Amino acid sequence: MNLLVENISVELEKKGILRNVSLEVRSGEFVGLIGPNGSGKSTLLKSIYRVLKPRSGWISLDGDDVYKLTSRQNAQRMAAVRQESSVEFDFSVTEIVNMGRAPHKRLFQSDNAEDFRICEEALQRVGMHTYADRSFFSLSGGEKQRVLIARALVQQAQFLVLDEPTNHLDVRYQLQVMDLVKTLGITVLSSLHDLNIAAMYCDRLYVIGEGEIVTSGTPEEVLTPNLIRDVFGVETEVTTHPITGKKHVYFYSEASRVKPSIQKIMSGTN
Amino acid sequence: MALQQIKLPYIIITLLVGLFLSITFAITLGSVEIKPTTVWKIALSKIPMFTQWIEVDWSKGEQTIIWDIRFPRVLLGAIVGAGLSVVGVAIQSLVRNSLADPYVLGVSSGASVGATSVIIFGAFSMYGQYALSFGAFTGSLVSIILIFTLSRIGGQNSTVRLLMAGIAISAILSAITSLLVFSAPNEHGIGTVLFWLSGSLAGGKWEYLTIPSLIVVICLIVLMAQYRSLNAMLMGEESAGTLGVNTVQFRKFLLVITALLTGVIVSIAGSIGFVGLMMPHIVRVMVGSDHRRVLPVSALFGAIFLIWVDVVARLAFAPEELPIGILTALCGGPFFIWLMLRSSYSFGGSGR
Repeated sequence: MNLLVENISVELEKKGILRNVSLEVRSGEFVGLIGPNGSGKSTLLKSIYRVLKPRSGWISLDGDDVYKLTSRQNAQRMAAVRQESSVEFDFSVTEIVNMGRAPHKRLFQSDNAEDFRICEEALQRVGMHTYADRSFFSLSGGEKQRVLIARALVQQAQFLVLDEPTNHLDVRYQLQVMDLVKTLGITVLSSLHDLNIAAMYCDRLYVIGEGEIVTSGTPEEVLTPNLIRDVFGVETEVTTHPITGKKHVYFYSEASRVKPSIQKIMSGTN
Repeated sequence: MALQQIKLPYIIITLLVGLFLSITFAITLGSVEIKPTTVWKIALSKIPMFTQWIEVDWSKGEQTIIWDIRFPRVLLGAIVGAGLSVVGVAIQSLVRNSLADPYVLGVSSGASVGATSVIIFGAFSMYGQYALSFGAFTGSLVSIILIFTLSRIGGQNSTVRLLMAGIAISAILSAITSLLVFSAPNEHGIGTVLFWLSGSLAGGKWEYLTIPSLIVVICLIVLMAQYRSLNAMLMGEESAGTLGVNTVQFRKFLLVITALLTGVIVSIAGSIGFVGLMMPHIVRVMVGSDHRRVLPVSALFGAIFLIWVDVVARLAFAPEELPIGILTALCGGPFFIWLMLRSSYSFGGSGR
């Protein structure tokens, strides 16, 4: 499924949040969206999954304007895993995952064996099948995220939008969730706050700063000390990760830089 | 939580049996003792094809008490109880908050203003016998739209904003009702309004039952048809949108259903508080949050509950009768406090 965002501008309470943003995700790609807090990442994703209608511009999935499709048609093509909002009502894991069947069901139509099979398969795929009867509240952050991904799978959408899927997760679960998404084999657009995660998993990156796309390209092209300084305002050393062979970003601030004289002494003692 | 594993049909059948027994025994209770079998013999004798098979072993007086007085009253209790519980479920999904209830949010007060102006000033008289229902419906629709809009101004609707809007609207509308009563042109209307404001099933007559039962049943069926959307709404409006719910339309649909149910119930039984808050809560603890289960179970539970509350209202101070609203408030107040004290509960959920 191809996503095309052309020249969209979004305003919130008379303030421009996004200006002339264009972006493309081609079928099968895993595309990352990086940028500092408040740069407009979430806003861009929200306008793609139809929560914030852009003031101008065009968003299409395989050539169809997403704002011309019904909510139902849209949910059959695109699933979103959002930053986990507080839900006051407790559901079981199965009930949550089952909600993903909604766009495929008519009024009164109840779940049949096929639906149960799809749900079970999805839970198996995210490794949560033994948690089927557990309460969603009782799960850890990583487990919740995996359940929400299972719900997106059950939707059988070919395009997946993820809003900072690794937020608030321990390192182990960050990698687990990203590995999982990577193996799904569907088209993915995800905002990410961790540049190293972005470098490790994304085919291409879009960098957004102050509501505009600053640059885009492969992680190798995009993640340079100069760009990171311009957009994020931090100093970095970018090298290649010895194991993965991907770009790896080391952060530092001027204050934390080791003085050259000390550096010499330390390298001497090694 | 054990009930969550039990298949829905079993729960429904059990509750239906419970409802049948409750209706039977509630009818037998009162100043005149009547055998449970007599209740159904009289009922069956009203159905043409059975009349010849039933041996009449009851007095004319018993017939009047059972068929003309107690039967419609108990059935009204069941309908009102079911309706209040269903409207509670609907409004809680609408505002995504389990503390919502037409009484707490002031939707009942809106219906009261509408109904009071009908009783005292004869508003909407062009609608004839439906004037009261129409007045109450209009009042509740206006108030729920006001509350809903107010709680959403400036972005996120938090629990605090919602309850504040509810309290404010409720206070204003109650004041308007009092003002209407105060400026009433004749004594007769005042007595009717005051008794009816604290809620009562004493108005239960066969001819008043048709419309409320139809509306409660239709609303329940229509909501059941939308159970997936109701579930999705609880995940947040934005998530519901990504799950294929047309949230703008669905919200309007819920607003109208809520106003319709509240209006019709208030117009026949006055404002009976807290049932819509308590029933869905108790039911969710038992069968989880899935609306496929919550809706029918709440309706049946509410019906049984209100039948028995009304029995207490009739008998506790017999021959004097307590307004039923006083009793439900007596149950509801402590229930609210219990919710608040429960360690796992923080108004509006965690992280908000």
